[in-house]
Amino acid sequence: MGITGRDLFLIAPELALTVAATVVVLSGLVSRQRQLTLGLALLGLAATFAFGIALWDDVHANGAQSAFNHSLVVDKFALYIKFLVAGTTALVLIAGSEYAERFRPYESEFTGLVLFSASGLMLLAAAADLITIYVSLELATLPVVALAAFVRMRVAPIEAGVKYLLLSAVSSAFLLYGFAFLYGASGTMQVVAGDSGAPTIAQVLAADTAAVPFGGLAVMAGAVLATAGFGFKLSMVPFQMWTPDVYEGAPTPVGAFLATASKAAAFAVVLRLFYEALGGSSADWSTLFAALAAITMTIGNLVAIVQSNVKRLLGYSAIAHAGYMLIGVAAVTAHGQETPDAAGISSVLFYLGGYAAMTLAAFFAVLVLTQRSGDERIEAMAGMGRRAPLAALALAVALLGLTGIPPTVGFMGKLFLFNAAVNSGLVWLAVVGAVNSVVSAYYYVGIIRTMYLRQPTGDTTPVATAFSGRLALVVTLAAVLVLGLWPGGLLEVARTAASGLVS
Amino acid sequence: MLTAITFVPMIGAALALAVRGSTRTTRLIALTTVLAELGLTISMYVIFNAQGDTYQFVQRAPWVSAFGIEFLMGVDGLSAPLVLLNGILGLAAVLVSWRVETRVREYFMWLLLLQGAVMGVFASLDMILFFIFWELELIPMFFLISIWGTGRKDYSAMKFLLFTFLGSAFMFAAILALYFSFPAGERTFDMTALIHKDLTNLIVPSSLVFSGFLVAFAVKLPIVPLHTWLPDAHTDAPTAVSVMLAGVLLKMGGYGLLRINAGMFPDELAAAAPLLAMLAVVNVLYGAFIVMRQTDLKRLVAYSSVSHMGFVVLGLASVGAGAAQLDGTGLNGAAMQLFTHGTITGLLFVVVGLVYDRAHTRHIADMGGLSGRMPLIAIGFMVAGLASLGLPTTSGFAAEIMVFLGTFPAYGLATALCAFGVVLAAGYILWTAQRTMFGPPLDRWAHLEDATRVDVAAMGVLIVPIFVFGVYPALLTDVFDAGIAPIIASFAEGASLVAGRGG
Repeated sequence: MGITGRDLFLIAPELALTVAATVVVLSGLVSRQRQLTLGLALLGLAATFAFGIALWDDVHANGAQSAFNHSLVVDKFALYIKFLVAGTTALVLIAGSEYAERFRPYESEFTGLVLFSASGLMLLAAAADLITIYVSLELATLPVVALAAFVRMRVAPIEAGVKYLLLSAVSSAFLLYGFAFLYGASGTMQVVAGDSGAPTIAQVLAADTAAVPFGGLAVMAGAVLATAGFGFKLSMVPFQMWTPDVYEGAPTPVGAFLATASKAAAFAVVLRLFYEALGGSSADWSTLFAALAAITMTIGNLVAIVQSNVKRLLGYSAIAHAGYMLIGVAAVTAHGQETPDAAGISSVLFYLGGYAAMTLAAFFAVLVLTQRSGDERIEAMAGMGRRAPLAALALAVALLGLTGIPPTVGFMGKLFLFNAAVNSGLVWLAVVGAVNSVVSAYYYVGIIRTMYLRQPTGDTTPVATAFSGRLALVVTLAAVLVLGLWPGGLLEVARTAASGLVS
Repeated sequence: MLTAITFVPMIGAALALAVRGSTRTTRLIALTTVLAELGLTISMYVIFNAQGDTYQFVQRAPWVSAFGIEFLMGVDGLSAPLVLLNGILGLAAVLVSWRVETRVREYFMWLLLLQGAVMGVFASLDMILFFIFWELELIPMFFLISIWGTGRKDYSAMKFLLFTFLGSAFMFAAILALYFSFPAGERTFDMTALIHKDLTNLIVPSSLVFSGFLVAFAVKLPIVPLHTWLPDAHTDAPTAVSVMLAGVLLKMGGYGLLRINAGMFPDELAAAAPLLAMLAVVNVLYGAFIVMRQTDLKRLVAYSSVSHMGFVVLGLASVGAGAAQLDGTGLNGAAMQLFTHGTITGLLFVVVGLVYDRAHTRHIADMGGLSGRMPLIAIGFMVAGLASLGLPTTSGFAAEIMVFLGTFPAYGLATALCAFGVVLAAGYILWTAQRTMFGPPLDRWAHLEDATRVDVAAMGVLIVPIFVFGVYPALLTDVFDAGIAPIIASFAEGASLVAGRGG
């Protein structure tokens, strides 16, 4: 079956990004102007957004579409994640444009790699069969390996890059092994139904479990191995080891990208695989995820308490937040119901949006605060309330949001996640999550206290911030507060996006 | 009206921070705000019709409609006096802060924000809105204690934050469990609707939901053994914050117990009444004995708060008498005790603060004969002290006698033991007065000045309600009756239901 113009339209957002990435890298041969690189990248992202909106309307009118012989699906769920990835990528590039100076003479390669990775993440959200999931995942991962190691001549980034490479390879192996089991059990790669009538995994499993080789056991093994494979990307315990090291060692904008865009796409593919392919299967993966959620957030929060490096702390906080979001994955069915329910998915989608705003604000603030001194210790944040008022405010609000204190989006996000948990009868999980928030208050508020209540030790001069940095801070800060006060709009979109996965 | 009452302090807070004038300008902004606020609350209280509808000044607007979260405000007989109390204490707190010189704009911003958040707690009738304001109050308190406090202020601020946050984690889970216990169409966070629902058959045992709320409010009230944050927070907080903490923040706990634990879970409360009676005795006597051992004037007042809050718990235990004998005297006394303790202990903290400002010590052994040097302050101390030990014609007497009358039929022994607490209070108050205010004047205090006009105003604001409501308690009790009556009715309803099932 050939490629039609329709197919190209359906992947236009990714195409726009890939073209932009290529042009950005090529432009580096001609000019090393920071503004030019950034401008071209943003132009590509703007085109991505424009195509995304056009597709949203199209999907709204005609329903979900499949492209390239049913290997990709364009539905609102995929588009929601694409918007999220494109938005965070744009903000990361804006905030990091000053930071990228230190990659000279490879700034344009840096930007290009971020865009390539973003296009992989967007394909991941739309992947409709197991092979496409795997290929998109590699496309998203490999540029990040290079990005993590981007600052040459220093050990920490190289270590971060190598660590990410090795663990990604291991996780891919797990994933492929799991996919093999799923394929063996069902005889199909298809996760989402296309219009050709080819059977999906869910349909095969639902139709005749008796005919499945090894019965539910193969499905169970496939689900567990796939969970392990995705666990690396989600920073889920016990596959979280790399997270703090990479966040600490990698350049700060890369850390921000990994923590938000990469995580959003990973959650998207987990939701799609488990809800669409395994939603009706007998394997009880809800309990599996509930247990993993509880363990992940508890370990992330407890270890974060003793951290002294602010980027490393954000790494552990990312682990904890993966745990919170897994609550939404585990909240499959409404209490006393049999069929999956969209409440869990929509709460995860909402939280991904809010979490992206809070985490970006935190990373950008750290970027500004450590730009000149390079000192990432928490003590070095002392007196920043006066030295860098905007960055300190953004960090403080972001940390309160990550704690879950109103009126930030973090509170609303946790409200919806715990809502979903209680809705599906997992009251204990909501209690564990709420108590975890208390634990996290200790270290988040500790940073705020250092910034506002401690006197700076050495340098007391104001920290200069470039316009691009200030812009990114203001946008993310406003998002944290506005979405916290008026969550209705984003929640509606998240619910619409989620409903497609369970219908 | 209630929206205005909640947001006027917040607007004042924004102004206090934004206007970059002299210290005097900031003070005047704060003073204008709290005067306007007091005017609003008094007019609200006067307009409030005790014979009218249960809920008055109701405002309702949709907020997050997907989850039925509303912006729902209103007061009933229970909350109206507490809103008034907060108005009164806000004025006293600003007046007593007149001498604050460090970071003045930020100080008044946090102080006003605190008042606004507490207003929100008392005025909210939507569970989520209530919870948001409940959490919002943490941030101003944390900063007020840790920036403007004394002694181990970091430790105390963090301890306060974590204790309250831990309590509210349980409340959060309880709220969600309450919400999801009903089929999709009937779910609501509306307290006025929940109070009429049958809450005996919930998604989890209703005793667990009851306990979730109980823990949150017991931390705040505080009930021994969850009280340990209180002496630390009080001792290290600046004067105005101690005033607000004792005056209204503790009342949030008592208010929650009456509104939610008594109002929505009458059966559970009746079952827990023996336990509450026991805890009340422990609170009253343990608190009183600890007071005797204190050498720090502020810590002494803090423990006397613990002791006096025991009377609130005792009043709640009066429901153990059974519906037949229940006339609401005990609950009304508990509510009354909330109000009177707010003014009385507020005044005590004002006086202690004034003494500390002058003598720069709170060590009781260092004082003596202060009444000769500062007669006005000594008068304030004696009024507060005598009201605190329940002297007739002060409002303290009216509240305590109602608690004893109401609870005696149910738990005679516990009531008798708690009444012994009044004797102890007389002992420690008079003993303290003798050691600090009276006795031979000491030479080293010869330079001390008496209260300024601002200080007299601060004391006067609190002395007036102590006598007004002491001489004519019906001004308060009639309103509280209107709030307690529906709660009593729900007990009677529950009893008839049980009787019906039995027959």
